[in-house]
Amino acid sequence: LLLLLLLKSNISSVVVSARTYADFTPQATFDIKKCDLHKLEEGPPLQAVLSREEGLQYYRTMQTMRRMELKADQLYKQKIIRGFCHLYDGQEACAVGIEAGINLSDHLITAYRAHGYTLTRGGTVREIMAELTGRRGGIAKGKGGSMHMYTKHFYGGNGIVGAQVPLGAGVALACKYLGKNELCVCLYGDGAANQGQIFETYNMASLWKLPCIFICENNKYGMGTSVERAAASTDYYKRGDFIPGLRVDGMDVLCVREATKLAAEHCRSGKGPILMELQTYRYHGHSMSDPGVSYRTRDEIQEVRSKSDPISMLKDRMLSNNMASVEELKEIDVEVRKEIEDAAQFATTDPEPPLDDLCNHIFYNDPPMEVRGTNPWTKLKSVS
Amino acid sequence: MASLRCFLRSGKNAVTAVLRREFHGTPPAAVQYIGVTVRDALNQAMDEELERDERVFLLGEEVAQYDGAYKVSRGLWKKYGDKRIIDTPITEMGFAGIAVGAAMAGLRPICEFMTFNFSMQAIDQVINSAAKTYYMSAGLQSVPIVFRGPNGSSAGVAAQHSQCFAAWYGHCPGLKVVSPWSAEDARGLLKSAIRDDNPVVFLENELMYGVPFEMSEEVQSKDFLIPIGKAKIERQGNHITLVSHSRMISLCLDAAAVLAKEGIECEVINMRTIRPLDAEAIETSIMKTNHLVTVEGGWPQFGIGAEILARIMEGPAFNYLDAPAVRVTGVDIPMPYAKNLEDNSIPQIKDIIFSVKKTLNV
Repeated sequence: LLLLLLLKSNISSVVVSARTYADFTPQATFDIKKCDLHKLEEGPPLQAVLSREEGLQYYRTMQTMRRMELKADQLYKQKIIRGFCHLYDGQEACAVGIEAGINLSDHLITAYRAHGYTLTRGGTVREIMAELTGRRGGIAKGKGGSMHMYTKHFYGGNGIVGAQVPLGAGVALACKYLGKNELCVCLYGDGAANQGQIFETYNMASLWKLPCIFICENNKYGMGTSVERAAASTDYYKRGDFIPGLRVDGMDVLCVREATKLAAEHCRSGKGPILMELQTYRYHGHSMSDPGVSYRTRDEIQEVRSKSDPISMLKDRMLSNNMASVEELKEIDVEVRKEIEDAAQFATTDPEPPLDDLCNHIFYNDPPMEVRGTNPWTKLKSVS
Repeated sequence: MASLRCFLRSGKNAVTAVLRREFHGTPPAAVQYIGVTVRDALNQAMDEELERDERVFLLGEEVAQYDGAYKVSRGLWKKYGDKRIIDTPITEMGFAGIAVGAAMAGLRPICEFMTFNFSMQAIDQVINSAAKTYYMSAGLQSVPIVFRGPNGSSAGVAAQHSQCFAAWYGHCPGLKVVSPWSAEDARGLLKSAIRDDNPVVFLENELMYGVPFEMSEEVQSKDFLIPIGKAKIERQGNHITLVSHSRMISLCLDAAAVLAKEGIECEVINMRTIRPLDAEAIETSIMKTNHLVTVEGGWPQFGIGAEILARIMEGPAFNYLDAPAVRVTGVDIPMPYAKNLEDNSIPQIKDIIFSVKKTLNV
């Protein structure tokens, strides 16, 4: 009996050590939902190829985003984060899928639900969280807060609903002007989609054939107003009228990626702008001051969580195709949790910005100047 | 001669005069002055800056094929083409936002508002997207943009087209606000504004566009710049300081000429820049003259004069005032249309003279 036990343990250890990464499927093809098209001949392919590396990377990034937002929720309830805080959990497939379809050398601008994009565009969890808690180690040195985070080729983080859309087209104009074959992804929500300046932008982007991918993240609610109550036409992918559009399953990272690739190709070939509507969902309310259940039911939220969660969808796909093991994904979860904990620790212990910094960054590339304080005797210093 | 110059300066007639001067008592060097209108000065400044830096471009309504609603951009589209001189649809909020975005991504746009009245439609982009961004991003994202166009009252264009926005834009940190008077001002300040890496609101004046000014060779040079934030003393005087900007400088100089005949010597300070305000220049002058009258075309409440007076109160020059400082402003009403009403809605030379005499108690 002892021998059998010994043998068994030996065999199991042999089995474990022999199970290398070569056992996993290196890549697999998945069916993705067909996109509704507007003034487009062809949509994205109905199948997407996912490699193991890609899958693990998307999983890690989405999970990092998810846990980061949930940690922000926690810190907000502890009053360590204050002011506005608009969380992105539920919409991870959008940010990750979009980034997978473009390059870091491309440009992106969004509205205030921006933490996820700050991450995909090169920000670290540490500096994002420290910005939320208003510390000097924050990505904007504590001076911007939740809605005003910037990285290279990422223009925020914009607080005024809809204002980022003309800005994005302006970035696209610069891309075309400078001739570097870059494009600009310009995001807005279903609430912003009714803004006049967006239609002004559609017009100019189309006239001048700007390389601009307009993306409407339709999470069904503009703050507390459902799309049916806000828009005479909820076919946001058609609202560009003369701009070709497609409606995409925003909960499926592969669907988003393939659509983005198609859109990017369209722009880079000089055809002008294109519009994508991503159908997605936010688990949290509009912001931390909105419980999110007065205008929708908990059942609805729960249904989306159980049937359409973007992270679960990817996880199921990978596991059922033997592209990763449960342990491996659990290990990623543990690493992510640690990263978030470390970041939160930093964000809560890093000191606030020094008072000397109060008046800095008014002008760029200017000699130091004096700024009036709260009274005539207080003269504060400002450097560029 | 003086009266001819006064006549020309107040913009009632557009005559290009060519003058040549010689300095007596010094080695005979004929310093060549040419007469240049404010319009041409702006045009040349833009032309030179477009040539100097490929990233500079102009956009706005009618700026390209129409040569500019007020012909300020005449000839530029022909020279630089569609890529750099862009006609926009009548969508201020949209194209101002596009201009700001282009500036964020590395270009140096000049965004023209046909008049600053229309900038109200786009004011969110000027303030929230342009002015505040460098601060909100703690220095990560700069916005090198110029918003320019005619500001203030014109002639007979009535209430919706006559507002002065100097105080509105002058209120906001993160913006530089400039208000040229002469052709030299227009040239030097526009070049500085275009070369500045920050958002600059450049307030022109439609009635000044056709007014010619003498321009020396030095001013004509391609790198002639006027620093933003420094006022200029247009006329020296000992008895009272007049501070003004834009077209009202012409009226101040005309009033000063009349007062000089009565032995009252006015020091006329041309602000040139609204924000940052050159308070020091004003204070230095008051310490000499002991009296202050500000003159502006805009409304009185919370206006340019109000700010200047507040600063003087709070600063070292207060103790040098022999009388309360006062403001001469536009009348606190929307601009009427009928000529007689319009004429009485903005400061006239007699109003400046009256206020000076009241302040001096003569």
